[in-house]
Amino acid sequence: MFGILSLSDIHYHNPIIMFGVGLLLFVIVATLATITYLRKWTYLWREWLTSVDHKKIGIMYMILAALMLLRGFADAIMMRTQQAMAFGPNMGYLPPGHFDQIFTAHGTIMIFFMAMPFIIGLMNCIVPLQIGARDVAFPLMNNLSLWLTAGGAMLVNVALIVGNFSRCGWVGYPPLSELHYSPGVGVDYYIWALQIAGVGTTLTGINFLATILKMRAPGMKMMRMPVFTWATLVTSVLIVAAFPILTVALGLLALDRYVGTHFFTNALGGDPMMYVNLFWLWGHPEVYILILPLFGVYSEIVPVFSGKRLFGYDSMVYATMAIALLSLTVWLHHFFTMGNGPGVNAFFGITTMIIAIPTGVKIFNWMLTMFRGRIRFETPMLWTIAFLITFTIGGMSGILLAEPPADFVLHNSLFLVAHFHNVLIGGVVFGIFAGISYWAPKIFGFKLNERLGRAAFWCWVIGFYVAFMPLYILGFMGATRRMDHYNVAAWHPLFEIAWVGAMIIFAGIILQVVQVVVSIRQREQARDLTGDPWNGRTLEWALPSPAPAYNFARIPVVRDRDAFWEMKQRGVELKNSTFVPVHMPRNSATGFIIGGFAFVMGFGLIWHIWWLAALCLAGVLGTLIQHAFNDDRDYYLGADEVRRVEDLHGRVEAGSV
Amino acid sequence: MELPKVTRHAPRVSQHAWSSPQMKRTSRSRLLRLILPLSATLLLSGCHWAVLNPAGPIGVAEKWIIDTAIGLMLLVVAPVIILTLVIVWRYRASNTKARYEPDWCHSTKIELTMWGIPVVIVCFLGVMAWRGSHQLNPYHPTVLSNVKPVHIEAVAMDWKWLFIYPNHNVAAVNQVAIPVGVPVVFHITSATVMNSFFIPRLGSQIYAMGNMQTADNLVASAPGTYRGISANFSGGGFSGMVFHVQAMKESDYKRWLAHAAASSKTLDVKTYLKLDRPSSNVPVTYYAHVDPDLYAQILEGKLAPGRSLAMKATTLTSGGETGPIGRD
Repeated sequence: MFGILSLSDIHYHNPIIMFGVGLLLFVIVATLATITYLRKWTYLWREWLTSVDHKKIGIMYMILAALMLLRGFADAIMMRTQQAMAFGPNMGYLPPGHFDQIFTAHGTIMIFFMAMPFIIGLMNCIVPLQIGARDVAFPLMNNLSLWLTAGGAMLVNVALIVGNFSRCGWVGYPPLSELHYSPGVGVDYYIWALQIAGVGTTLTGINFLATILKMRAPGMKMMRMPVFTWATLVTSVLIVAAFPILTVALGLLALDRYVGTHFFTNALGGDPMMYVNLFWLWGHPEVYILILPLFGVYSEIVPVFSGKRLFGYDSMVYATMAIALLSLTVWLHHFFTMGNGPGVNAFFGITTMIIAIPTGVKIFNWMLTMFRGRIRFETPMLWTIAFLITFTIGGMSGILLAEPPADFVLHNSLFLVAHFHNVLIGGVVFGIFAGISYWAPKIFGFKLNERLGRAAFWCWVIGFYVAFMPLYILGFMGATRRMDHYNVAAWHPLFEIAWVGAMIIFAGIILQVVQVVVSIRQREQARDLTGDPWNGRTLEWALPSPAPAYNFARIPVVRDRDAFWEMKQRGVELKNSTFVPVHMPRNSATGFIIGGFAFVMGFGLIWHIWWLAALCLAGVLGTLIQHAFNDDRDYYLGADEVRRVEDLHGRVEAGSV
Repeated sequence: MELPKVTRHAPRVSQHAWSSPQMKRTSRSRLLRLILPLSATLLLSGCHWAVLNPAGPIGVAEKWIIDTAIGLMLLVVAPVIILTLVIVWRYRASNTKARYEPDWCHSTKIELTMWGIPVVIVCFLGVMAWRGSHQLNPYHPTVLSNVKPVHIEAVAMDWKWLFIYPNHNVAAVNQVAIPVGVPVVFHITSATVMNSFFIPRLGSQIYAMGNMQTADNLVASAPGTYRGISANFSGGGFSGMVFHVQAMKESDYKRWLAHAAASSKTLDVKTYLKLDRPSSNVPVTYYAHVDPDLYAQILEGKLAPGRSLAMKATTLTSGGETGPIGRD
């Protein structure tokens, strides 16, 4: 009836796990209780969960990401604490099996359920506004993407309560992840969480590709698009190209585990090296799927806060495309040490280094944009400056690792861990925070608290250096990653310093939580009434903050790059006198229901509850078919209603009827 | 292969040197206490800088590549970081004396330079990558005049390392002795999941994989005890998968072999299967007689019923091609 699930799969005897579970359940129950108390269920369902509005979907993505950041960071603190303790006779407080789950969960969550949702959230909130569109190309599919991602994230967190999570690292290399070496449900949680979320991400890629190619405002030629939109376009291409590879790799691994095939086993023709290749054939483009959108964010922030046009727009665009193309040709640098011939290693080492060229060009572009500008040091710009310096260091350690002989002694070491945190925190996370503080007025209608934002910024930056510079040194000392214990005395102080760094970052995260709470409470003072609080250059700033549901009452006509800047130069009036009905997509529960079915199906597959999995699969297909017969998918928002909303924002010309 | 001369300067200093009582306690002592461990570790205990303090020519050559690459990159990176800070400070909004050109956004000359500088650096680094990959290919035999290499078979197990000396019919767990100045050829496989065979102070690591054989050519140029690890996570006992390399003079090495040969334990299929049970932090064990077919059987997966069924094992050659294995 319940497959292989039994009561003993809930670890009520383990105090550490139960504490985490308790905290998780407390948050869930408290949230549900608050919603019930405030009688907001209907509001939540009608206005948010079933919403097809890209702006609301973007916000939900970011809420998911923020929660997962807290979960992933809790894992980070636990790892740092274990490694700061577990020296010599002290074995630390985590047994190996638990420690292994924590680093696996940390990597999986931070990549798939923190960084990706934040990025997709930002894309959702901003890209349609930047191109002068009323929504994305497929609004309901957008909602479905969100719920598939959320379903995957839920599965990872259910693993905390019921059963185990994978112990194989976030890469899940076979044969370790094969049934023989990982007989439990951990790897299955990993597989189905990523598969379900992966479908959502692929659909997002398709959606933004179509949106940007087909829905730009008149006059917005490709070479007039804002750089963030360019980055999103190129990222979408990468998503569409790379994610199916991960789906296949994990699918084959699932076949090995469920039906006894031998794709990646040691024997019977199986070849674990094939998985390693497939994984990184997705995994390296994924790195650029993560960083390119943030390069776009920085390219928006630098010109605005320098009061200057972006230097070298063409270079920037071509560099973005070059990086995307090259990112598909470098995957082997993740395993120079797998016994490849020297020619192969050298080829992939050199292609990797070539990526440094367009990336370097971008750095120069941002520097030259600031050159002869008037730089304002508000939080978005602070994050950007910290990024420029930190990312350059991370890039340098990356090129070092691209030298195969250097990689022979640094591969899998803490030097590598320091390197990718250097680029992922210094590039992706800083970029996310820069983007959120920059676009907060547009997304939420008010600026985030500047003082707390700055305090959090300093904690993050200092904490980052204190936490990760010691790891570079540890890598040179021959310390490898994923150790739950060590005996080398010289390493111990460095691990302790790294722990202090993690604590400083923790302070930064607490400050950010406080910042959000304070900003919401003081939103009336910080409200953005102009729609253009930073003296912006791109179309999203032409709209009132937050943008109305239909975005543009009148679709703008674009004449140049920096479309809104150009309009301001020309003195174009943002107010309208005549209004037309706006064609709008109708909210739908389809996405939420499919996401829910997919989540339960994943659970059924993990625990071998076949009837449940089959039922849910039927549910998914049934919902899709049912929706196919639903003709009531859109409506017109009347001209009067549009006028009423625009009037609220003071965007109606005086005297017009 | 060109092998740079090995220089060693590794005064063994206690890792607690920083906490000596002579240290003046000033008002900044708190800060010092935080910073000093780091700098002390950095400056004093060179012997802990495994990768940057190599004990063999392969490691020395790899360190040279690391140093040179960092140096080359710093030529660009250091000015970029400094210039960024200078620009940020000079063009701050409050400095109204600085030139302001809000519409300046293109300069063909500058953009060409911008693409050109990284191209030049990458050319240098690329040549290094090409030459380095070939010269330091772990499969590449280390040629030292006409010294006959030592041949050792290494097996990654859950979670320990088994070293077999096929020419001497002895074996050891978690310890491997090698003569100084003699090239060593490790033939490596795994009895279990993927691991990585790595001796940081000697250089190059390479993966150990089931039913496959990889090779690693290393040399130690100074006597000493060097830590060896698996550098690829392999499960619960992974952290306890540490072995030690004893690099010793030829005479000591002979004595070590004799000592191992005098062990009362033998390594046949039965004892191997016992050893194969998962265990971690396994103490050093010597075996006097080794079943001559043992390694081949491990390699072909015959001794791992249930997890890797018997099949024709393949070996990865330096060209990356696969072919039937041959034992020498």
